[in-house]
Amino acid sequence: MEFDVIFGNAARAGLGPQAAIFALAAIGLNLHFGYAGLLNFGQVGFMMLGAYGTAIMVATWGGSLWLGIPFGLGLCVAFALALGLPTLRLRSDYFAITTIAAAEILRLLIRSSPAVDVTGGPFGLQTIANSFYDLNFLPDGRFGWGTFTYSSNQLWVMLVAWILVILCSALVLGLIRSPWGRVVRAIREDEDAVLSLGKNTVAYKLQALVIGGVIGGLAGVIDALQQSGVGSENFEPQVTFFAWAALILGGLATTVGPVVGAMLFWFLREGVESFIRELSGQGWLPNALADFLDGAEGAISVALMGLGLVGLMALRPQGIFGRRRNLHLGT
Amino acid sequence: MRATAPRGAGVSAVTSHGRGGIPILANKPASGRGATLPNARSFRSAIALIAVAVCSLFLFGTAHAQDGDGEEAFSGTLRFGGEPVEGVRIAVTDTDGEPVGEAVSGADGKWRIALPGPGAYRATIDTDTLPEGVTLRDPERRTLEVTVTAGRSRPLIFALGEPASRGPTIGEKLAQAVLNGIKFGLIIAMCAIGLSLIFGLTGLINFAHGELVTLGAILAWYFNADTFGAPLILAGALAVLVAGAAGGGVEFSLLRPLRARRLGGFQFMVVTIGLSLLIRHVLLLFFGPDRERYVDYALQAEWTFGPFAVTPRDFTIMVLSAVILVAVAVFLQKARTGKAIRAVADNPDLAESSGIDVDRVILIVWVAGAALAAVGGVFFGSVEAVDWLMGFRLLLLMFAAVVLGGLGTAYGAMVGGLLIGLVTEVSTVWASPEIKSVFALGVLVLALLLRPQGLLGQRERIG
Repeated sequence: MEFDVIFGNAARAGLGPQAAIFALAAIGLNLHFGYAGLLNFGQVGFMMLGAYGTAIMVATWGGSLWLGIPFGLGLCVAFALALGLPTLRLRSDYFAITTIAAAEILRLLIRSSPAVDVTGGPFGLQTIANSFYDLNFLPDGRFGWGTFTYSSNQLWVMLVAWILVILCSALVLGLIRSPWGRVVRAIREDEDAVLSLGKNTVAYKLQALVIGGVIGGLAGVIDALQQSGVGSENFEPQVTFFAWAALILGGLATTVGPVVGAMLFWFLREGVESFIRELSGQGWLPNALADFLDGAEGAISVALMGLGLVGLMALRPQGIFGRRRNLHLGT
Repeated sequence: MRATAPRGAGVSAVTSHGRGGIPILANKPASGRGATLPNARSFRSAIALIAVAVCSLFLFGTAHAQDGDGEEAFSGTLRFGGEPVEGVRIAVTDTDGEPVGEAVSGADGKWRIALPGPGAYRATIDTDTLPEGVTLRDPERRTLEVTVTAGRSRPLIFALGEPASRGPTIGEKLAQAVLNGIKFGLIIAMCAIGLSLIFGLTGLINFAHGELVTLGAILAWYFNADTFGAPLILAGALAVLVAGAAGGGVEFSLLRPLRARRLGGFQFMVVTIGLSLLIRHVLLLFFGPDRERYVDYALQAEWTFGPFAVTPRDFTIMVLSAVILVAVAVFLQKARTGKAIRAVADNPDLAESSGIDVDRVILIVWVAGAALAAVGGVFFGSVEAVDWLMGFRLLLLMFAAVVLGGLGTAYGAMVGGLLIGLVTEVSTVWASPEIKSVFALGVLVLALLLRPQGLLGQRERIG
């Protein structure tokens, strides 16, 4: 059993672009739920729109990537408005159900055959990120040591992604400490009280939804750049749940929670998968067990993640950095 | 993002049920379970035993073996009016949409794509590469979903030619769609009652409710499969019992203790999300990513009544569903426990102070709701096919049904389920079946705009 390999793989995943993408998604969710009390279960819809908007502009319409990214983020704004206007006046349960349904419906539409000419349908879209990699000023070659060896382009994506994570964290922190953020947090605590002060609470919630959604869209853009393509199978409802898991693990309504949570989430997930891959290769295992484990690491790690979420709620519902007094907010 | 795990077929796999359309699933070999390798078969009994003890997550059996001897392939010959067609691209993906391989037809019209192993795949013909004037005879059969058994090369037919001259008229299609809609609506309604009542009683959106549907369907498949060989009716009844017990177990051993610790509503929602991920992927581990059919009642001749065509199986399922729904309604209306359920759903505090044991009522609703969901799962598995994601896909339709009918009411779930079933199926008369769930959401959004409390909900519920 090579524990250093397992640890290396896990650490690489915890620092990799996936972790940064989920950190961005979780930062958006944190603004939505942690600060504004909006139960958004459709974050993957924003990610999908960011990614597909960018890819469609480049691959389908032959436009520039630098037009595609704002286009994708603009779609996120439109989606937030379309989602929020009918549902934000209602109780949070309705909002949760509508968002998860809307994101999945969007995915079905994107992969359906009538949309194939625009979105590539089940085939997705490819080679969209050339202009992004042209900007890479890092020298060619490979950097790092051992498991932590990266190509120049990999390093470039990671650099941009983590810088965006820091910028978005700072943006949310700044917003939350501003007068705007105080109103938003007050809405989370007691919407009627804020209404009685003459604030238009729906407008504030809508603004929070738009900003968090655009941050989620940014996660999708990074994902599209990272793979230099998009595919609808990357945007299943599970992705939202994973972003929630990262956020809850780190702690709601904290600045570092979503970031550390996402890193830890990928560290643990890759660690488990790597461990099972190592384990199934061990000669001393009974054949039946080895066969069972072979190729099953993905399902096992997600199943354990589910178990972990249940355990976290039972043992430390506030996550690592969260505060217990924030537990009863928003619902 | 990386794919998380093998995923089942998307909505595109839900094929048309019209009398004209041959379900793509019919392409599967009659013995659908032949898709597993012999060494999986020897462990089947172990797996089935494990299935009996639903919660025994920590036992080991073996999943479907994934490697074959490398001879699996799709092949075929493209012809148009007797002439071979060259240069047409055909791509194969697995059921997750991950590309597996592609080929271009040669001068003799032949093509062949090697597959990595047995399992379910989707082959799509790229209609853009067809020569001018050549079309698919049935444009809906652009993508075929086919299961390949170990070591077999499977011929696929993409029929090229003029579109079929005369299909069913719009009226006939509509009549059939309405019938299918009622069938699916009844099943959705049955699945959704528990979801709605649990929300009404405890304010909890149970994200794991879809997994109860899958659990029922998969357990029934194991009991029905060759190791046990129980007739489907017995297998289904057993599965429903086990699923009901599992639902009760979740409430009794997990949610009730957590309620005592005064967790917030959001934390409960996260618990059900965790449970949903856990149950779904444990089922995936043991059942595998393929779609399977029950042994019994798989192929039946249809009865026709005027414009309606229905198999005896589907007819029985519709009658049984209707009877069960009426029985639930009578129970809620007349029985002591039923009245208690409605009282708690209406106002838990008032109910408790008037001497109703609220915890007991919640437990009963969990057991009954899970059992009903499992019945729905067995019916749905019988009408369509069993796969590990079926419940999760149904969950979105159930959400639409309960919101449309009125969140928290049993009758609302029934009315909403029927309407959602009708809307999704009737939409296929005009729109591609791939996007029929989109119409369910359309109805959901419309309901939220016009009558957010739902058809049968009370105004104050929306707060």
